[in-house]
Amino acid sequence: MQLEAQNLRCRRGPKTLFTDISFSLDAGKLLLVEGQNGAGKTTLLKLLSGLRRPDKGEVLWNGMSIRSANSQFNRQLAWLGHQNPLKEDQTAFENLSMLGAIRSRNERCAYEALQAVKLGNVKHKAVKTFSAGMKRRLALASLLIADTPLWILDEPQAALDKAGIALYEQLATEHLENGGMIIMTSHHDVAIDERFIERLILGQ
Amino acid sequence: MNIIAKWYYRLGAPNWFYPLAGKMIPWVAAIFVALLIPGLYMGLVTAPADYQQGESFRIMYVHVPAAWLSMFVYAAMAIAAVVALVWRVRMAEIMIISSAPIGASFAFIALITGSLWGKPMWGAWWVWDARLTSELILFFIYLGIFALYNAIEDKQTAGKAMSILTLVGVINLPIIHYSVVWWNTLHQAATVSKFDTPSIHIDMLIPLLLMAAAFQFLYLLLLLMKMRANLLEQDLASGWVKKIVFERQKNLKK
Amino acid sequence: MRGFFYLIKRDLTLAFRRRGEATNSLVFFGLVVLLFPIGIGASEKLLSEVAPGLIWIAALLATMLSLDNLFKEDFQDGTLEQWALSEHSLVSFAWARLFSHWVITAVPLIIVAPLFAISLSLPAEAIWVLVLSLLLGTPLLIFIGGIGVALTTGLKKSSMLLPLLVLPFYIPVLIFGASAVEVTAGGWSAAGQLYVLGALFVLGIALAPFAVASALKVSVSQ
Repeated sequence: MQLEAQNLRCRRGPKTLFTDISFSLDAGKLLLVEGQNGAGKTTLLKLLSGLRRPDKGEVLWNGMSIRSANSQFNRQLAWLGHQNPLKEDQTAFENLSMLGAIRSRNERCAYEALQAVKLGNVKHKAVKTFSAGMKRRLALASLLIADTPLWILDEPQAALDKAGIALYEQLATEHLENGGMIIMTSHHDVAIDERFIERLILGQ
Repeated sequence: MNIIAKWYYRLGAPNWFYPLAGKMIPWVAAIFVALLIPGLYMGLVTAPADYQQGESFRIMYVHVPAAWLSMFVYAAMAIAAVVALVWRVRMAEIMIISSAPIGASFAFIALITGSLWGKPMWGAWWVWDARLTSELILFFIYLGIFALYNAIEDKQTAGKAMSILTLVGVINLPIIHYSVVWWNTLHQAATVSKFDTPSIHIDMLIPLLLMAAAFQFLYLLLLLMKMRANLLEQDLASGWVKKIVFERQKNLKK
Repeated sequence: MRGFFYLIKRDLTLAFRRRGEATNSLVFFGLVVLLFPIGIGASEKLLSEVAPGLIWIAALLATMLSLDNLFKEDFQDGTLEQWALSEHSLVSFAWARLFSHWVITAVPLIIVAPLFAISLSLPAEAIWVLVLSLLLGTPLLIFIGGIGVALTTGLKKSSMLLPLLVLPFYIPVLIFGASAVEVTAGGWSAAGQLYVLGALFVLGIALAPFAVASALKVSVSQ
């Protein structure tokens, strides 16, 4: 399993955000994308997930362009943007079932995922009663039901408290130890074992 | 394949298109004037007056070509939209956004001249005639495309959104047109269609065709100018624009 | 397919939990109908003459205004990205959203339309045709309008843009919908108009979701 980026370039309006971004990421590795605000971190993640097309260059999954093998690639990918894809008027469980249905998983996993992010006791409460940190944890639970090797996460630790960050780091480490791959951005330090981490710094 | 790839590359390259368009502009302008002067002279002076409408029919020489062009421009935009969406040629997007205001202007001219022509014919400035109504709808569709492009800040996104809207429009335009024609016969069977004359006299036809050809070149001329302007505006920060500016300044100093 | 039905179920549940929002377009419909007698005079003869067009225009405006939030929420909270990156196509997403939107906003409107028709002295035999024409026409309004919404979803300010984009495309629906009711009120058969409306219905339902999906794809790439 390998994700490879070749000479990615992206323009936004008249401004070139980045050019000639190349790297390759193997199973069991975490790519930490760093850079200042406006350096194009989110845009890079969108290129890598296939939401946006690069102006130049190509993203390859196991040697195949993610454009040509779109649905195969999507089956391997779990994406979480900086917003939480949750509906305030639905319960935690309903939200997770919806996200699970998009990715074709069975419902039993939803309970397990809720337990894993320590939301098992509020699973039938409406999301609007949750704190920002709980919402983020619920969104992270969608990664667990997806059960895909590649996670692309935009600021997964945003809004999480200390315990939440530790929880995320534990989940991420488990995922990496099982041979998963993570690409993420973060404003905080990430306390995950350095042997997993590769860094990409934008805007230099 | 090689030739296609080469053209594909060139069409996407503004630094190739910009000077080429610049060289074409004077020639296109010359052809436009060369067609316009005899067209106008024959239309306004030598063509015989209409036996029913007298001299007032002469506005046809502006109205009809403008109406034709308003449709032609849309057809050209629709083709460019397919090219833009399928092959992702950026120049096609520039062509659409440069064409939209020109097409809207032609539609507007057709509406104004149609209204001026309607006064002596129908005794009213505006009649809900099928052609005028369709033209008005076309005018609004042009404005919609233009407004959508301007509303989206990221111009790459804007170009794609506008291409989709242009294609949706081209599927809908015939439906709209025939609906309006049908609606018109239902409500106002009495209006005289201006185009029902079975055969147009040859002395009237020649200036009309000349004017239509002149308008084609006018479109091409305006399009080239507008595309150049749009390219400069969008690529302000890029290398090829800086190079052009630099060379201009060097020439000025000499 | 499972995602498709889940989405419809989610939309209906959410609509039920936010009942207040769903009734807004209904109230708007009533208010527009109310404005006409006040604006043009309450003579029974005049009203019954303009009633078909008037109810259709009111329904058209109410439907169009209800579209504003069609994809906005899913776009802003990232649900749309989840769909775009799933193995499901965005066409099925578009189809499900458009369909549930029709159930939530247009069906109540069709149910109350006869009441307004009576208040405008529309002949009784035309009321059935009004309901039928709305049944065929409102899905079209929503599916065509959905294209405009999908194109403007990524925008921060888009208030006046949507009508500018979609109203020209509503004209055929308005022509045949209003005319069907009008000729029935005049005592003729509206079969022709209804057939055309039916043909447009099939065409719109089949093609519009593809345009919506590609427009959404453009919106999420921003």
